Amino acid sequence: MERQAAYLRNALFDQGYLDEQFLQLEDLQDETNPHFVEEVVKLFYTDSVRLIQSIELTLKNTPRDFEKLDKIMHQFKGSSTSIGAKKVKKECTQFQEYCNVGNVEGCIREFQEVKQEHAALKRKLEHYFQLAREAR
Amino acid sequence: MAVEDIGSGCSSSGDQEFHVLAVDDSIIDRKVIERLLKISCCKVTAVDSGSRALQYLGIDGERSSLEFDELKVNLIITDYSMPGMTGYELLKKIKGSTKLRQIPVVIMSSENILARIDRCLEEGAEDFLMKPVQLSDVERLRDFMLRGGEEERELGRKRKTPDDSCDCRPLRKRPTPLATACSSTFRALEEPVIVHES
Repeated sequence: MERQAAYLRNALFDQGYLDEQFLQLEDLQDETNPHFVEEVVKLFYTDSVRLIQSIELTLKNTPRDFEKLDKIMHQFKGSSTSIGAKKVKKECTQFQEYCNVGNVEGCIREFQEVKQEHAALKRKLEHYFQLAREAR
Repeated sequence: MAVEDIGSGCSSSGDQEFHVLAVDDSIIDRKVIERLLKISCCKVTAVDSGSRALQYLGIDGERSSLEFDELKVNLIITDYSMPGMTGYELLKKIKGSTKLRQIPVVIMSSENILARIDRCLEEGAEDFLMKPVQLSDVERLRDFMLRGGEEERELGRKRKTPDDSCDCRPLRKRPTPLATACSSTFRALEEPVIVHES
């Protein structure tokens, strides 16, 4: 079980889902705070719901409000960066670039990518944390 | 849930722990910075906005001076981009207050914009940290503050005046490795400079 968890964790790095920031978070975890990383990740996924909803609503009602879209995405990207979500962060950057050039279709398309990566990482991390917990 | 008061698990040598007020609208970043500061043996109070920070510091005059002394904040670390009051605006308010201007302020930002960094340092920010903030950043900051703070109390020096374009206070033995107002050098980053300012 422990080997499985380690394997999954390494795969997440190898496949580019996570970057060094995730390692930084792991370094902050110890006996006094044994679930720190999982807590931060859970917080991220809870908090990002409202940001995703906000972007969706804006793309639906005022898709050319690029300033607003960029602002929300800036927050979302910041949080993604803080947990080391490498692929999510990349898609966020791409989305912001579409905002910069005022490309509505690009934003809409790219936002799907953002959501996909966001969901994919969630699944993988949930699986990893479950394995890690069972291994203890 | 605006104010979170978290004590440090570390035993401090003196009766006074190093108390940091952390300001960030992101709940994730607040959790991480709290952890970084706690691990570095700091007492942490985390708030989610500049206005709440000012409330906590008693700048709106609600807090008596006695209460303020008991809550003594040794360092303020704030995010730059926040809705409402930015970290820069908070910095200006703090440096503009006779009561608070002595408290060192550090700005955090995810965007590496030279003009922004210079602006903050010129306004009196102690340092400018790129996000995501690392444990090494916090430890270096704490060590620097602990050294500088003692000297400041001894000498009773005032913090920089608005006339100073160069933040070269005699308290510093050497310029902070992260940034100075004069040279505008800062920690090397892997990512390219983002020119677009949101």
